[in-house]
Amino acid sequence: MIRSLASRTGQMLLVIFGISVLVFCIFFATPGADPTARIAGRGASPQVVERIRAEYGFDRPLPVQYVKMMEKLFVSRDLTSFVNHGQRVVPEVLQAAPVTLSLVLWAAFFWVSGSLVFGIASAVLRDSWVDRLLMVLGLIGLSMPVFWLGEVVNLVTQSRWHDTFLFRWVPPLGYVPFSQSPWGWAKALFLPSLTLAVCFIGLYARVLRSELLTAMGEDSIRTARAKGAGPVRVWLWHGLRLSWLSYISLFGLDFAQLLGGGALLTEVVFAMPGVGRLTYQALATLDLPLIMATVMYAAVFVVIANALVDGLYALLDPRIMEGRHGR
Amino acid sequence: MGAEALLKLHHLHLELPTGTALLEDVSLTVKRGDALGVVGESGSGKSLTAMSVMGLLPGLKASGSIRFEGRELLGMKDREWRRLRGAGMAMIFQDPMTAFLPVRSIGAQIDEQIRLHEPVSRREARARTVALLGRMGVPDPEAAAKRYPHQLSGGLRQRAMIAMALSCGPALLIADEPTTALDVTVQAQILTLLCEIRDSGAGVMLITHDMGVVAQTCTHVAVVYSGLVVEQGPVAAVMALPLHPYTQALLEAIPPLDGPRPDALPTIPGRPPTPDARPEGCVFAPRCRYVRPDCAVRPALREPEEGRRVACVLYNA
Repeated sequence: MIRSLASRTGQMLLVIFGISVLVFCIFFATPGADPTARIAGRGASPQVVERIRAEYGFDRPLPVQYVKMMEKLFVSRDLTSFVNHGQRVVPEVLQAAPVTLSLVLWAAFFWVSGSLVFGIASAVLRDSWVDRLLMVLGLIGLSMPVFWLGEVVNLVTQSRWHDTFLFRWVPPLGYVPFSQSPWGWAKALFLPSLTLAVCFIGLYARVLRSELLTAMGEDSIRTARAKGAGPVRVWLWHGLRLSWLSYISLFGLDFAQLLGGGALLTEVVFAMPGVGRLTYQALATLDLPLIMATVMYAAVFVVIANALVDGLYALLDPRIMEGRHGR
Repeated sequence: MGAEALLKLHHLHLELPTGTALLEDVSLTVKRGDALGVVGESGSGKSLTAMSVMGLLPGLKASGSIRFEGRELLGMKDREWRRLRGAGMAMIFQDPMTAFLPVRSIGAQIDEQIRLHEPVSRREARARTVALLGRMGVPDPEAAAKRYPHQLSGGLRQRAMIAMALSCGPALLIADEPTTALDVTVQAQILTLLCEIRDSGAGVMLITHDMGVVAQTCTHVAVVYSGLVVEQGPVAAVMALPLHPYTQALLEAIPPLDGPRPDALPTIPGRPPTPDARPEGCVFAPRCRYVRPDCAVRPALREPEEGRRVACVLYNA
C-alpha cells in the first residue's frame, strides 16, 4: 500500500516536472522572440528590460533559466507581473483558487445529481417518450455554449425579470466569500454553477444511461434478480455499482480541468474572480508570468485530481488494485 | 419420496412479443428428493425453461401452467414471485465468474440474499454465510467470504454460488449448466455436492447438454428438442433403452469407453430448426432416420410404459 502510494507520488511529480519543462519551453525557449521583452510587456523602458534580463537569467543558458523560473514560481513565490505594475502573481492565483473551487464544487453537485436522476430515469424508462425527451433535453444542454447561456441567464435574472418575485433574490454579479456570508456565498454561486453544470448534465446523463443499460445485460444482474432483489435494488445497487466506473473517470477529468481554469467562460460572464478569469485577463494583456502561473497551477490540479480518481477507482473496483482490469 | 410434485410444468408455451414461439410445449415434473436432468442442444430451450420457472423472462409471453408447491406461478404478481425467488427456489449459473457481481466480496453478496428474505442482522447473516461456505467445502470460509470473485478459483466460486443459492433453504434448486465452465475434476466435486443437496430432500433441476453429467447426478431426465420435451423418464431406463430416435442418436454420439475405437463418432445430420422455421409435424422429423408419412402430424407425449413418456409416432399403440 505504502509502496504503491510512493510510486504514485513519484509518477505525479514526474508528470508535473514534464509539464513544467514543456510549458517553460513553449513560453521561453521558442526561437525568434525575446522572452525578456515579452515579460516586460509592451512599451517597457530599456532599464526595466535590463533588470528583468538579469533577474530571470535570460542572459544565461536555458537550464539555469528554467531553474530560476521554477524557483520564482514555487520556492520564493515572487514572480512579478510587469504589465500589472509589480503585482505578485502567485498570491493572486492562490486568492483566485477558492472562488473557482466553490464554483466548480457547486457545479459538480448539480451535474452529478442532475445526471444521476436523468440517466437512471431514461435508462429505466428506455425507449419511452420520457427517455426520448430527457435525451433530447440533454443534447440541447450539451450543445448550448456556456457563455451564451450565461449571458441569457444574466439578461433574464439581472435585468429583464429581476424585479419579479422569481429573481428578486438574485444578487448582483460577483463573488461573496464563504467566510463573509455563507448564505450570500450560496446565492452568488447558484446561477453560475447551474449554468456551468447544464452541458455536463446532458453529457453525463447520456454516458450513465448507456453504461447502465449495458450493465443491466450482465449475468450478475440476472443473479441479483434470481436472488429475489426488487427492481429498485437491482438498478440502484447492482446496476450502478457496475456502471459508474467510466462515469467516475470522466468526472475526475472534467472536475480537474474545470478547477484548472476550464470554467473560464463562466467566470468571465458572471464576473467571478476565479482562476479562469485571471487566465482570461492575463491572455488579454499578454501578461506572461501570470499565464505561466495559471497554466502550471492548472497542470498541478489536473494531475492531483487524476491521482485521486485513480485511488477512488481502486476502492470501487477491487480488480484494479491487482492490475487486472476487465473480466 | 414426496408424492406431491414440487414443480410441475404443464404445456408451458413461451413466445416472443412478435409471436415466434420459443418453447412450444414443455411438461416436466420435479419431486422432492429428485434430480431432473434437462438435456438438449444449445438453443433447444432448456435454459429458457429454467428462466421461466424463476420468472426471469419479462417481455416474453408465457402460457400453460407452472405449479410450484401447489401454487400457480404464471400470472402471479412480481412482488410475490420475488419473495419466492432466492427463498423457495434458487438458481445457480453456468459461469460463476460473471454471475457474481465483480465489485463486491463473495460474503457480502451471500449476506445480501439472506437479508433480502429474512430479518436478520448483518452479523447473523455473515455467521450463516461463513457456515454455509464451510459446509460447501470452501477452505477457510471466514477469509473466503471477504474475498472478491476474481480472487477465487473457478471451483471455489461455483461452491460459493451454490452456498448463495442454498442460503435460504430453497425447496427447488435450478442449476443451469453449473459445470460447463469448470474442469473435469472440479466438475465431479460440484456434481457430488449437487447429489448431497438432492439427498437432503430438495428438488434439483439440472440443465445440461452432457449426458454423462445426467447419468452421474440425476434420477430423472427430460430430453428437450427445439422447444419441446420429446422424452422423459428415469435416468437408468432412458440410458438403457432410449425410446425417442433423438435420444438414441444423442446417446450414440457419446464415445464408447471400451472396445474398438470408432473411426468417426455417429452424428445427427442437419441442424435443429430455428424457432421461426419449426416443422408443422414432428420437430425431429427432418433429421430422423425412421421418418414416415404420419410424422407430418405432431405426435403427443404418450406414456408407453409406466413412468416413461415419449413423443414419437413409433410408440403409437
